[in-house]
Amino acid sequence: MKNKDNQSAQESNPRCPDSSAFKQQKLPAWKPKLTASTVLSSFFVIGLFCLLVGICLILSARSVNEIQIDYSDVCLNCSKLRESSSNWDKECNCFAHFTLQENMPGDIFMYYRLQNFYQNHRRYVLSRSDAQLLGQDVNIQNSYCAPFATYPNGTPMAPCGAIANSMFNDTVQLFYYVNSSTAIQVPLLKNGNSWWSDKNVKFRNPTSYNLSSAFAGTARPPYWQKPAYLLDEKDERNNGYINDDLIVWMRVSAFATFRNLYRRLSRTNQFADGLPAGNYTFHITYNFPVTKFQGKKQLVLSTITWSGGSNLFLGIAYTVSGAVIVLAGFVIAAIHLKRRKKKTYFQRHPK
Amino acid sequence: RRTGEMAQDTAADGDVPQLQKEEEKEWKKRRRRRKKESKTRTVRSNLLLPGPEAEKPKRSPLANNRLKTTKYTALSFLPKNLFEQFHRLANVYFVFIALLNFVPAVNAFQPELALAPVLFILAVTAIKDLWEDYSRYSSDNEINHMECLVYCRNEKKYMTRYWKEVEVGDFVQLRCNETIPADILLLSSSDPDGLCHIETANLDGETNLKQRQVIRRFLELDSEFDPLKFTSVIECEKPNNDLSRFRGYIIHKSGKRDGLDKENLLLRGCTVRNTEEVTGIVIYAGHETKALLNNSGPRYKRSKLERQMNIDVLWCVLILIVMCLFSAIGHGLWVWQYSEKKPVFNVPGMDGNYLSPVLAAVYLFLTMIIVFQVLIPISLYVSIEIVKVCQVYFIHQDKDLYDEETDSQLQCRALNITEDLGQMQYIFSDKTGTLTENKMVFRRCTVSGIEYSHDANAKRLAMYQEPDSEEEEIAAKGGTLSQRNSVSSHQSIKVVHRSLSTKSHRRTGSRAEAKRASILSKHTAFSSPMEKDITPDPNLLEKVNACARSIEIMRSHEQPLSQLTPELSDIFDFFIALTICNTVVVTSPDQPRQKVRVRFELKSPVKTIEDFIRRFTPSRLTSGSNSSSSSSLTTSKSMNRLGSGIFSSISTESTLLKLEEKLAHTAQMNNNGFSLQSGRRAIGSRPEEEELRYEAESPDEAALVYAARAYNCALVGRLSDQVSVELPHLGRLTFELLHTLGFDSIRKRMSVVVRHPLTDEINVYTKGADSVIMDLLLPCSSDDPRGKHQKKIQSKTQNYLNLYAVDGLRTLCIAKRVLSKEEYASWLKSHLEAESSIENREELLFQSALRMETNLHLLGATGIEDRLQDGVPEAIANLRKAGLQIWVLTGDKQETAINIAYACKLLDHDEEILTLNAGSLETSAALLDQCLRYIESKFSNNAIDKTAGNMTVGFGPLSPPSSSVNSSLGLVIDGKTLAYALDKTLEDKFLSLAKRCRSVLCCRSTPLQKSMVVKLVRDKLKAMTLAIGDGANDVSMIQVADVGVGISGPEGMQAVMASDFAVPRFRHLEKLLLVHGHWCYSRLANMVLYFFYKNAMFVALLFWYQFYCGFSGSSMIDQWYLIFFNLLFSSLPQLVTGVLDKNVPAEVLIGVPQLYKSGQNMEEYQPHMFWMNMIDALYQSLVCFFIPYFIYYDSEVDIFSWGTPITTIALFTIILHLAIETKTWTLLHWSSCVFSILLFFIVALIYNVSCPICYPPSNPYWTMEKLMGDPVFYLTCIISPVVALLPRFLYRTLQGTIFPTKLQLGRQLNRWPLDARSQILNRLNIKKESIPQKLPCTEHSSQDPQSNASDSFKACKQTPTSEPSQHGYNPAFPSCTRVEHKTGLSVTVSPAGPLLCGENKHSSVTNSQEQYLEFDKITHNASEMESMSVEETFPWNSTIDQSGFSLLNWITSTPLFSRFGRLLQLPPSQLQNEVQGNVSVLGSTSSLYQDFKGLTGKNSNDF
Repeated sequence: MKNKDNQSAQESNPRCPDSSAFKQQKLPAWKPKLTASTVLSSFFVIGLFCLLVGICLILSARSVNEIQIDYSDVCLNCSKLRESSSNWDKECNCFAHFTLQENMPGDIFMYYRLQNFYQNHRRYVLSRSDAQLLGQDVNIQNSYCAPFATYPNGTPMAPCGAIANSMFNDTVQLFYYVNSSTAIQVPLLKNGNSWWSDKNVKFRNPTSYNLSSAFAGTARPPYWQKPAYLLDEKDERNNGYINDDLIVWMRVSAFATFRNLYRRLSRTNQFADGLPAGNYTFHITYNFPVTKFQGKKQLVLSTITWSGGSNLFLGIAYTVSGAVIVLAGFVIAAIHLKRRKKKTYFQRHPK
Repeated sequence: RRTGEMAQDTAADGDVPQLQKEEEKEWKKRRRRRKKESKTRTVRSNLLLPGPEAEKPKRSPLANNRLKTTKYTALSFLPKNLFEQFHRLANVYFVFIALLNFVPAVNAFQPELALAPVLFILAVTAIKDLWEDYSRYSSDNEINHMECLVYCRNEKKYMTRYWKEVEVGDFVQLRCNETIPADILLLSSSDPDGLCHIETANLDGETNLKQRQVIRRFLELDSEFDPLKFTSVIECEKPNNDLSRFRGYIIHKSGKRDGLDKENLLLRGCTVRNTEEVTGIVIYAGHETKALLNNSGPRYKRSKLERQMNIDVLWCVLILIVMCLFSAIGHGLWVWQYSEKKPVFNVPGMDGNYLSPVLAAVYLFLTMIIVFQVLIPISLYVSIEIVKVCQVYFIHQDKDLYDEETDSQLQCRALNITEDLGQMQYIFSDKTGTLTENKMVFRRCTVSGIEYSHDANAKRLAMYQEPDSEEEEIAAKGGTLSQRNSVSSHQSIKVVHRSLSTKSHRRTGSRAEAKRASILSKHTAFSSPMEKDITPDPNLLEKVNACARSIEIMRSHEQPLSQLTPELSDIFDFFIALTICNTVVVTSPDQPRQKVRVRFELKSPVKTIEDFIRRFTPSRLTSGSNSSSSSSLTTSKSMNRLGSGIFSSISTESTLLKLEEKLAHTAQMNNNGFSLQSGRRAIGSRPEEEELRYEAESPDEAALVYAARAYNCALVGRLSDQVSVELPHLGRLTFELLHTLGFDSIRKRMSVVVRHPLTDEINVYTKGADSVIMDLLLPCSSDDPRGKHQKKIQSKTQNYLNLYAVDGLRTLCIAKRVLSKEEYASWLKSHLEAESSIENREELLFQSALRMETNLHLLGATGIEDRLQDGVPEAIANLRKAGLQIWVLTGDKQETAINIAYACKLLDHDEEILTLNAGSLETSAALLDQCLRYIESKFSNNAIDKTAGNMTVGFGPLSPPSSSVNSSLGLVIDGKTLAYALDKTLEDKFLSLAKRCRSVLCCRSTPLQKSMVVKLVRDKLKAMTLAIGDGANDVSMIQVADVGVGISGPEGMQAVMASDFAVPRFRHLEKLLLVHGHWCYSRLANMVLYFFYKNAMFVALLFWYQFYCGFSGSSMIDQWYLIFFNLLFSSLPQLVTGVLDKNVPAEVLIGVPQLYKSGQNMEEYQPHMFWMNMIDALYQSLVCFFIPYFIYYDSEVDIFSWGTPITTIALFTIILHLAIETKTWTLLHWSSCVFSILLFFIVALIYNVSCPICYPPSNPYWTMEKLMGDPVFYLTCIISPVVALLPRFLYRTLQGTIFPTKLQLGRQLNRWPLDARSQILNRLNIKKESIPQKLPCTEHSSQDPQSNASDSFKACKQTPTSEPSQHGYNPAFPSCTRVEHKTGLSVTVSPAGPLLCGENKHSSVTNSQEQYLEFDKITHNASEMESMSVEETFPWNSTIDQSGFSLLNWITSTPLFSRFGRLLQLPPSQLQNEVQGNVSVLGSTSSLYQDFKGLTGKNSNDF
């Protein structure tokens, strides 16, 4: 009856609004209500899920082997030498010894770790020219590289910018003492440490018949000891802008304390299964000064798993929040039961 | 020919006295002066050749008729629009930030990118403006190209021109049903009387026709008006927007001038009706027309929510500054700590120099402002606007707010205050037309002291109560002629209403007018079958017939009519008065363009003294009564000139004396009149009774005319000089209409002066408010029996009038006066003087009218019912349950208002009513003090009660602050007292009293008072006020209120034009406020809060990062995400929720109006909620920042690979947060959330592969792709939102379980089983239930010394729940009476008389006794009613005196009059002194009061 009325009304009255569900705001809707009874199950489900994931993560993180060697103190004399910029061309070597108690099986990654190095400083982050690193011939004067764009005489720096300028340039070699006297160099890979996309898309050397000519007319950044085309003279695929060390460094870290992948273990010979237990020495050519900013430098040898490195936090976070959620679930259940009792009481005794 | 006449005029004026020339000079001087001030406008004909004389000395260019409402041109759009947009502070802020980005030292983002959001928002607004402007342009264009006839000099005829080509000074010819293109001075009309009927519905919505008059001098032209010969100059005022005023002069070539007023002006936008053809000269054109000057466009109000929001925006600014300062200082310290060491990562400036820590800090401060800019929600304003537009759309679309009868729907005229509807606290309502239908229906009448109750009529009206029965009834009864007509008129009503509703666009007279001109081809009066088909009372009908029969007999026997019994003659005159004492115009439905003309002679109302002489000289009789119209025209013309000649030489007095002598001889005129009439009857009455349609200025008039028609006294024709009435047995009588003294609100009456065709006497019929008419009656001596009888009739009539008022009827008194010729002549003389005077014409005319309307003979009175609109009582009850305090402000008299208030449940019968009637400021003050003290004493008891009530109920925290409203009180205040109460010194008292009353009723209030009351409440109580009304008198109130609601009713569109919302019916207010208002408020409140949360949460993420990047202002979130996060990724779900979320279903909101209180108390958006949200945002941002931080701590993660998961987490958290807050999930909600998330990923993926170097300085290449292959990313994205939202989710759950809000309960209402539902309802209504418990019951009857009164007294006092023991001895308790109110029963005073309830009470001063007079039990006893007379009331007085109680008026000059209850109290100190002198004046009815007047003497206050 009412429907019919509406229809006829609409025919005769053009101004009568439509009675569509949308216009009348009567779309079918789900109206969840947040009360104890409705959310109880979801609390337990989510809580248990988190607990489970958390435990898995903790287990996997604990399977990671990692060793950190701080060489800031070991190489005190070198760092003192580097404090004065006038000694930039003096070479300084030092050694850091350490012992592996157990074998480190699997892929081993070698990182350098810097503390208090604010790579995420705003102006530092900006100070680069992606176009230049892509091998394009750009006028870096207009880029964000300033003041590390050109020398006063107008020679452009290659690569320009503060990031490139401050590149980590310690050279580290790892020696394994097969016995107490003979040490053999552990084979480390310089390649494949950077993102594939960086290496192949984002970074490219300027095209020319050879690399040194490509960099003609440019100069190395002031803090560098050698120009970009000499970064890795042995490997054409790792020289110039596509040098892995440079690429890794250019991917600025999120925090002031960070590690960057430096080398990977080449699993050959006796290192096929990883690093055997024993004594090792890092042979460090100390170039990178950190004392200025109270920084520390470490070297890290680590394995990785599917869930990252040795960081337990993710697992703990899951476990703790899973526990909290389950606990909250119990509290809610208790409240719910109590209230239901009360409710039935009220229902039985109205008023 | 015209010039010839002019010359003649000049000749006649040849000997114009020097005085006049002086005056002329004086006037010219004044004119010159005025010209200097440029207060006038001079208009000349455009057809005149520009001669040296006619040359206008550089007059300022007058606007032509081109309509241009567009704001922009193609060129000016960009600068002008931008300029306007930058008036908004937010825009300036955002542009400032964007520009800051271009400064290299501080820039944070790619400068071009930073402009994007600002440009986007500016562009959106600009496009909106452009679109609006374009639609304005096209509608302007349409109107500009409408056509009209303009006189063309070259062609010497009227040519079709576009409206836009019309200019001031052009001559325009208009045909019937054409729309008037400009403001035109009427110069000629095809109507023989020089009238033009126009319909002003476009302008003010009034559908009745209005008459406009050709300038008199042009009317007298014999030939066709020729524009070429128009040489006069028109001086008039500058264009202004006053529709009801127009002043000017027309100066003829001869130097003579005629005054012009609004009667001569045709206003643009009106439509010509009933007139074949009119011609006029354009005075104002285009934008200077009154219609366009009246269009003020839409109003921009700022809603309360927005005001509150702006405060929080300011808080955000403060937070932003604090954050930036903190960062800046941090950065300064950070730089300082490295001082001279210059680490490599601290990049020096462009010039290679390192910044000093201070400078670095300053730069960083600016950078941080850019980085944190999203904290000031850039899109908030835009989002709010979008949401509001959508809300308005949905309100428009609501079927429940559509009125089928009038085919109109709700209109939102103000787009930006929808949420205010959800926060209203006070409703100020007009009564007539708002609560009632403004359909006046004749209900009953009393004639000559005898009441005709029209029971059948009452039953008929009751049947209309069923809204749907109307049509069916007609269908059932159809067949009779009248029924058929009623159907047609009913339909035509619909037509009108449709046109009404179409018009209510912003600009009347411009946009809609063109379209509506075609629709509105028909016109109607206020008539529906309900109003037209009055069932006559058989008794009265019988008497009318008898009366007519006897007159017929007498006439045939040539007996004088005076032989008729007084009663019958009164009845006869009564109906004559009903029929002719009005300004109703008769049209016939078949040919709407033609007036029904029954024209015998061409005469105008008596306008000049010579006219009077002409009409009353015997020569007219000798010249033959059957003189043809044409001859009479010429004679009148010639006589006119002759007369003026005579009058210039002979003194008027002597002429009049002569005339009187002549008139004395015209006794035989009666005979003549008779024969004349009978002769005409044969001609005049047509065989078929053609249905006539009445067009009245006010619905009351139409109702009376229809009522008379029901008694076969039908008005059949009205011309300016005569009224024709069809009478039973007598046929058609034609009354010569000598004068019409129109209605005005000061006199409150109108009169017509006619010559009675049967007696040839000059009769004055007056109709008006009873209060004024009763005072104007001929004082009758009580000695002579006739006078005594008359007096009795008067008192009886007064009693009936009171009775009508009790029934809520509108009362009108009808009176008559017979004038002798001499009286008339002398009055006429002064009247003509008044009419011709220029200086204070209005004042003199008013005085003249006063002189005429004295010594009246009372005929009877009518009661007209103004029916309540459908659903008003329910709506009021519901609104009140919703915690809204409803005040009714009406111009009606107190009794009527009170009764309507009862009828619509505004007042309750168990409610105590305080009535404030005071005559002076002092008494008002005293009265207010007294009432306040009384309430306070009552209230203190309540307080005890309330706490007790709360304890038992356990609902303490939820009781709203409005609980202080004492729901048992109603306040009635009349206009005079209101004026005092609104005085600066008293307004606080008045307010504190009023806000404790449940309802307030202000009677007899003027429009200004209405707006003052609203303003007072709005400003002093800081309350949200809503004013609703339908008429022009409500406009000021509507404009003052926070939200003005207009009712698109028959009284015109003025209220609608001024309003923010227009509803068809009062009852629609219920859904508008309770449902839409609530929704809009809660949606917007939630959205605004969410916005703040969202932005704060997002910005806090960046802030935390500053601790890890040396406060250097870097952000881990890519600039693209940062800038588009608000604009793209997170905007849609909140918009959908803001538009569509329903926190409680509509049915529940209507069913449980108490839920509305959440809006009033701002429960959804309170200041602390902002901070709660901020704290939640803080927590969530901490979680969303530090979980990824610790997860990626000490890893090789780079800045964007770490920032992207954070962005993702933030997006998830923000959307899930919204999901928790969303109460209703429709498909749109789901899809918007999913869409947002998908959009983010798609954009991120595309953005991260598209180009490795395109977006310097950020280089996000392949980041997202890489992340999506990393399980840690997913694990992070799961755990962070879970942890972040856990507290809120837990809180919502626990709150929903343990202490659910009313809204939450309401939401669940629908799904619960029945018993549980009732339980919830109980909980929701608990507040309401507790109120009656709190009511103090003033049951002192047991202590009442007068035991005989106690029974009835008790009956008055009983309230459902009572705690007599506690309240028995309450101090200063007047008694509350409950009056049983039954319609249809007579009211009388019970034999028990006034109940005197003395009571022991303790007084703060002494223990003396104070007396309370409990007064006025009104019982219903029809039989006693008859016997009740004035005399019977006097014994009361003796009772009072003998009773030994000192019955004292509180202040003698304050009558403290109340129909229902009365409280009289005297402070003990005054007791002894004033006992003797004071007699309390107590009346249940005003008649009693009046009778007591003698006793109280001058002390009493006339009300």
